[in-house]
Amino acid sequence: MSTIADSHIATHSASNVGIKKVKNDTLGSKGRRLGYVLVAPAIILLLLITAFPLGYNIWNSFHHVNFANPIPGQPFSGIHNFKTLTTTPDFGIAFVNTIVFSAVSVTIEMIIGLGLALVLDKEFKGRGIVRAAVLIPWAVPTVVSAMLWKTMFDPYTGFVNYLLKILHLPGSNTTWLAHPSTAWVAILVADAWKNTPFIAILLLAGLQVIPRDIYEAAKVDGASSWQAFRRLTIPLLKPAILVALIFRTLSAFLIFDIIYIMTGGGPGNSTETLAYLNWRAFLVDTNFGYGGAISVALILMALVIAGIYVKVLKPET
Amino acid sequence: MSKPINKILFYGFVIAFVLSSLFPFYWIFITSLKTSAEASQITSGFWPSKLSFSAYNTVFTQDNFLQPLLNSAFVSLATTVLSLITSVLAAYSLARLGIKGKGLILGFILVAGFFPIIAMVGPLFLVFRTLGLLDSFTSLIFTYLIYTLPISTWLLTNFFSQIPKDLEEAAMVDGASRLQALWKIVIPIAVPGIFTAAILSFILAWNDFTFALSFISSPSHFTAPLAIVNLGQSQFQVFYNRIDAAVVVTTLPIALLVLLAQKKIISGLTAGAVK
Repeated sequence: MSTIADSHIATHSASNVGIKKVKNDTLGSKGRRLGYVLVAPAIILLLLITAFPLGYNIWNSFHHVNFANPIPGQPFSGIHNFKTLTTTPDFGIAFVNTIVFSAVSVTIEMIIGLGLALVLDKEFKGRGIVRAAVLIPWAVPTVVSAMLWKTMFDPYTGFVNYLLKILHLPGSNTTWLAHPSTAWVAILVADAWKNTPFIAILLLAGLQVIPRDIYEAAKVDGASSWQAFRRLTIPLLKPAILVALIFRTLSAFLIFDIIYIMTGGGPGNSTETLAYLNWRAFLVDTNFGYGGAISVALILMALVIAGIYVKVLKPET
Repeated sequence: MSKPINKILFYGFVIAFVLSSLFPFYWIFITSLKTSAEASQITSGFWPSKLSFSAYNTVFTQDNFLQPLLNSAFVSLATTVLSLITSVLAAYSLARLGIKGKGLILGFILVAGFFPIIAMVGPLFLVFRTLGLLDSFTSLIFTYLIYTLPISTWLLTNFFSQIPKDLEEAAMVDGASRLQALWKIVIPIAVPGIFTAAILSFILAWNDFTFALSFISSPSHFTAPLAIVNLGQSQFQVFYNRIDAAVVVTTLPIALLVLLAQKKIISGLTAGAVK
């Protein structure tokens, strides 16, 4: 394939005059028209799977669309579905759970991820293998990470209780997923195990664009490595940190798979999140009006976070 | 790194990170090699007292786990191909053809990548029900584009922008049309970028659970993640050796892909994010 390219480089340098004419032709209205045709399938597909569900959800959220308790004709119901959001305790519980989970998980994952990125930024033997090893948890299906940690936290056959037992630590009989606080611990561990590598990879890319000689200069000026980290690394890493923060906050905010598999929202509804509640409204209660209202709320919250992301990214490009 | 204490500390961290990443895999691997009797008793060591492949045997014969693996492979490949065709065309247009509203389109694609997928479940469930497409691979392939299309288009637009314009323009001087130049000049040069987009798309489609859970009902159409979860729910008593055998089998292709293509995956993940 490179030979085709090479021969064309030769052609190009031989006919410089012709290029200008082509440019005018292709970047004119004709090339642009082709441009719209080529970009159309992607835009139409994306609109069908984002804008259309959004519109449909909005419509449903103002109508009585409930298969468990159907009213023929799916009449207009005003803000009834949104009122339900504020009157049933489920939504409030899920909202608080989601906010607390997002804050705690993102904080833990950012700290460990930064440590991991700093380690991977150093030159050492076997760095490639270490990088692949820590990337694997990110690449496996969430179902795998959830099942894997369900196995690890199983009270009888799991590793966690076994480790506590052989170390003679208390709690080796803990039924992790049966109590709200320990269930959250298990969920946090499963989520951090899967998502920390992603943060580390983003931060590592940010670290690698920092020029090395500024550290040399700081050393010459007598700065300790802690000072260099505080005063140079962290400020220079800020764009990458912000991007990782927003990416992770948004996906933590929408956590569903791990909850569904590890606890099913239980015990009770103590580990229900907004996304889980939304799924339950759609496919368990088959109440698409109420589900639509939850979706609209979720999309608004996600838009706020994505809006911050775009705003943060814009000055950079 | 000069002082020996620092060095010990550093390698301590490295070992801690690698262990915490990989030890859980070791644990499910040894669990998958236990007999059902041992897998339902209190754990007594880091190695099964009796090695047994019976869990794998049961998973592939009684549970017919090959079917969901094939389903996942088919759906993921189909999604990847559809997503690549669409995103290559869109990215070329965005990178080269000077269309109006380019910034707006790229912004929309970015925002679409952040769309809460759980919010698609209800409306698309209703649509697929009306169209008779529930429980079909078509419903999955179509919705999986939400995972793959934004990141592919974003990544390939970046990639195409970096290819010198001269090559295709020279080809067009020689009488090639735009599309011929794209097909014969740009795409061959962009193979590494397209490969990266393909790997990421395949992983993202392979990993879905939410849509498969919501749209697929008959076991013969289960994807691998859905079949794993079903293994845990359909049994009266949960046998982790069987579940973990299925988990091991589902993880292997992805782990191999990461080992072989980690550089491409990392470059793909960071291309759009850190610039």
